[in-house]
Amino acid sequence: MSLAEYRGLQAVDGPLVFVDGVRGVGYDEAVEIVGPDGRPRRGRVVLIEEDRAVVQVFAGTAALVPDGSRVRFLGRHLEMALSPSILGRTFDGLGEPRDGCGAVLGGFQSDINGRPINPMARAYPRDFIHTGLSVIDTLMTLIRGQKLPIFSSNGLPHNRLAVQIASQSRITSGDNFAVVFVGIGIRNDDAAYFIEALRDAGKGQPPVVFLNLASDPVIERLAAPRTALTAAEYLAFDLGYHVLVVMTDMTNYCEALRELAVARGEVPSRKGYPGYLYSDLASLYERAGVLRDRPGSLTQLPILTMPNDDITHPIPDLTGFITEGQIVLSREQDAQGAYPPVDIPASLSRLMKDSIGKGYTRDDHPDLAGQLFASYSRVQEIRALAGVVGEDELGATEKSYLRFGDAFERRFLSQGDQEDREIGVSLDLAWELLAILPRTELNRLPSELVRKHLPSKATK
Amino acid sequence: MNRIGRILSVNGPVVRATGLSSFAMREMVEVGELRLLGEVIRLDGNEGVLQLFEETQGLRPGEPVKGLGEPLSVTLGPGLVGAILDGIGRPLGALLEKTGAFMDRGGGLQQLEGDRNWEVFPQVRKGEIVTEGSLLATVKETPLLEHRLLLPPGMEGEILEILPQGHHDGSAVLARLRDGFGRERVLPLIQRWPVRTPRPVRQRLLPEEPLLTGQRVIDGYFPIARGGVAAIPGGFGTGKTVTQHQLAKWSDAKLVVYIGCGERGNEMTQVLEEFPALVDPATGHPLMERTILIANTSNMPVAAREASIYTGLTIAEYFRDMGYDVALMADSTSRWAEALREISGRLEEIPAEEGFPAYLPSRLAEFYERAGRVTTLGGEQGSVTLIGAVSPPGGDFTEPVTRHTKRFIRCFWALERELASARHYPAISWTASYSEYAAEVRPWFESHVDPRWGEVQTELRRILAEDEHVQQVIQLVGEDVLPDEQRLIALVASIIKTGFLQQGAFGPDSYCPPAKTFAIMELIVHFYRRAQALVAKGVPLRLVRETQEVASLYRLREIDGEKLEEFEEIRRRLESRLERIGAERLAGGRDRR
Repeated sequence: MSLAEYRGLQAVDGPLVFVDGVRGVGYDEAVEIVGPDGRPRRGRVVLIEEDRAVVQVFAGTAALVPDGSRVRFLGRHLEMALSPSILGRTFDGLGEPRDGCGAVLGGFQSDINGRPINPMARAYPRDFIHTGLSVIDTLMTLIRGQKLPIFSSNGLPHNRLAVQIASQSRITSGDNFAVVFVGIGIRNDDAAYFIEALRDAGKGQPPVVFLNLASDPVIERLAAPRTALTAAEYLAFDLGYHVLVVMTDMTNYCEALRELAVARGEVPSRKGYPGYLYSDLASLYERAGVLRDRPGSLTQLPILTMPNDDITHPIPDLTGFITEGQIVLSREQDAQGAYPPVDIPASLSRLMKDSIGKGYTRDDHPDLAGQLFASYSRVQEIRALAGVVGEDELGATEKSYLRFGDAFERRFLSQGDQEDREIGVSLDLAWELLAILPRTELNRLPSELVRKHLPSKATK
Repeated sequence: MNRIGRILSVNGPVVRATGLSSFAMREMVEVGELRLLGEVIRLDGNEGVLQLFEETQGLRPGEPVKGLGEPLSVTLGPGLVGAILDGIGRPLGALLEKTGAFMDRGGGLQQLEGDRNWEVFPQVRKGEIVTEGSLLATVKETPLLEHRLLLPPGMEGEILEILPQGHHDGSAVLARLRDGFGRERVLPLIQRWPVRTPRPVRQRLLPEEPLLTGQRVIDGYFPIARGGVAAIPGGFGTGKTVTQHQLAKWSDAKLVVYIGCGERGNEMTQVLEEFPALVDPATGHPLMERTILIANTSNMPVAAREASIYTGLTIAEYFRDMGYDVALMADSTSRWAEALREISGRLEEIPAEEGFPAYLPSRLAEFYERAGRVTTLGGEQGSVTLIGAVSPPGGDFTEPVTRHTKRFIRCFWALERELASARHYPAISWTASYSEYAAEVRPWFESHVDPRWGEVQTELRRILAEDEHVQQVIQLVGEDVLPDEQRLIALVASIIKTGFLQQGAFGPDSYCPPAKTFAIMELIVHFYRRAQALVAKGVPLRLVRETQEVASLYRLREIDGEKLEEFEEIRRRLESRLERIGAERLAGGRDRR
């Protein structure tokens, strides 16, 4: 296609501009708009209607003068330049360097939208990722190739947790481990914290960073995770790295999507978000995985802040339907000083069932995890009961649950943000704590495991 | 005939075009230079609207639109079983070889390969008169399934020629026949059928027999009949997909069609890796030999998601027509409804509730009505049992898809967040779920498993219902102040929940034969009645509760389904313990309580 240039914009409306009289323009084509100020802005075609193209401008339309602007349709999709030298670099949401170190050299261009993985080409994720956090390793195990989001709320230490996971993750031995970090609409100090911490992590390769700060153009947030995932796919499936992608904050992404949808006059569904929010999020999250005939893997750790701590809000809700589990952070645990303040009953890793136990972690792991979940859930019931009738009215068994619950939260759930526990240590600790309960209460555990692992009362 | 239209506008999967005056509604089209597939969904004079089953990136106004002369159809014939197809019926294995790990677009229509070789056994002779549904030939497709090639609906006549016994390509002509008007008709081995048109049957029958699922909470509490319709609603993380997988694994259907509609790619991979390794308890063959997968993962095009449901249904009906019992799992129907909503939004239709189009209920009704037990055109009996997962936003069952689905199904397995949080799986709620088939299939269980099935089941459900009240009281005042009769209810209910209703998706307990289901139910009821008698005589419940024998009731589900004699052993020990307690108590005079 010829790179035709058009002069003048028919209309400007929010993040959208309308260009009339165009020919040969394709849907989703990349666009460059140069205003009279000479500053180029990038965009993409979101609707093409006969000879009118509607362009979404990433940098926003402020100060665009319709008359003097020139529009070039680039005849290709939005692309990111890829080469091994992206490791350690910092880019903006559109994949342009923002570290002042110049363009990516010797690379090739890749469409940031990616293409869906054929389910037959996938390998089912089975490799346990050691995070060194008892609660995660034991109860919501992270698996290589998984997408496991952190559902958090404002003011909770999700950033600290994400950094700890990223830096303690022993995805594999050797240096073929890489972190891609995407900041979507986050504050400058959060971004600085992440970059600093990930650089110090000192394992594997220097992180690849994509930043769209809170002060950066809103619509560019829609491109940031796509650009980053394109880079991550390249590192994982072309270069063979085991890549961990930390994406924060997905709530900002969804809000940018809503803003664009409203500007386009689309029929809203829940809370004003567009009806395709699910499909759109899936087009990001589904880019995680492991392929059968290629080395490398792509693991996603998206972070989102639940508006008003509401887990039924469309953003966490639709995310939970796509991702393979979730780690939910609890304000209550945080207030009691627990770190990581994980809401255990609400958290889940869907892939752990096939990747723990004999040959993966330890033979007692699956049943032990089931028992911990069940016993801890009983703790909640008994605490509620104690709140009504008072602790003194409880029976001996019920009181032992209260003791178990407190010890479990204090010693098992909580640990230091530098503390790296082996899975064996975590599992032994769990057995030690379960010994607080009467043996008849451990009905999720096969008798031979109890005999083998449960410390006798004398040694308690 | 050269029917070519031109693109006017592109808006995501929705494309407007002109020059469509000779196109038919719902006709399949090839769009653009890439030859992307789509279908006509609106016609207005010379113009019309198309929905595309592939991504529309790069499509330009002016590019051609070519009519394919038939509505969206799926290819039916040997080679389907064990395959994984995309939403419009293209084999993903062939696409993988052609385009690699990442899916490509375009290239027009390509479905079941005709170049695979099959051993065909003809079942009719030259000169025979055949009518619609007549058996023409068979193909041993897998050790588990004989593929029966039937005369398609609407055809009859005299056989002029039939493929001789031997190995033939899928692209072969199966038979030639002369119809009633003296015209010669050619019948290919691989047929096509439009997915949105239900395949005709001779008669619809009432459900009678259960579809055994090997899941205790279903077979024992909320059974489904062959040809029945069920929904599994549940918020994320409550185990919809695991439950659907369990049903796909262990249902005693002849064939299972599993539609992954807008769900995770890894889940399809899991089925692909797991099923070939799992063995069908009835036949000893790998489960994959009776399974067909339809995969439209959540990042695949949305219009193909809408079509995937119909593709799966048509394949299920095709095998039903051979006289087989087919079970179809759709995970999840909510994604399908959302695909309808997305297309409807792009068409700027006036939305009804929460953005869903007003025709949502009628589409759901059409979908669920394609299930049923029938007499086929060939006179055989077959069935399609349909189990749809529903993913209500926020776990709220009052949202439109769940609400309308409830109108058209007769079996409702509600997944509860609280149960899932406590890792009580399957998290099927015993209070919110129901099965309207329970009464219809009870005679079958009573004549095939045990005459006391209905009685025992009713008693078990009564105990759980009573436990609901007891638990409310416990929440208020604690357990200690309750009389022993009520504490016994709470004890037995907890045995039912742990020892009967819970069932692991992995390991030996994953499949539970009906005889074991009954044995557990019966033993728990037996214990309840004996303990009740003791309590009535004034024996304190704690003497009963804190025994090894009662603890063993919590583990009944761990007993091997093949070794039912172990239940007798446990019953004997329980019996003697209870007798001893009773005797000691009566001899020992007043309790020290």
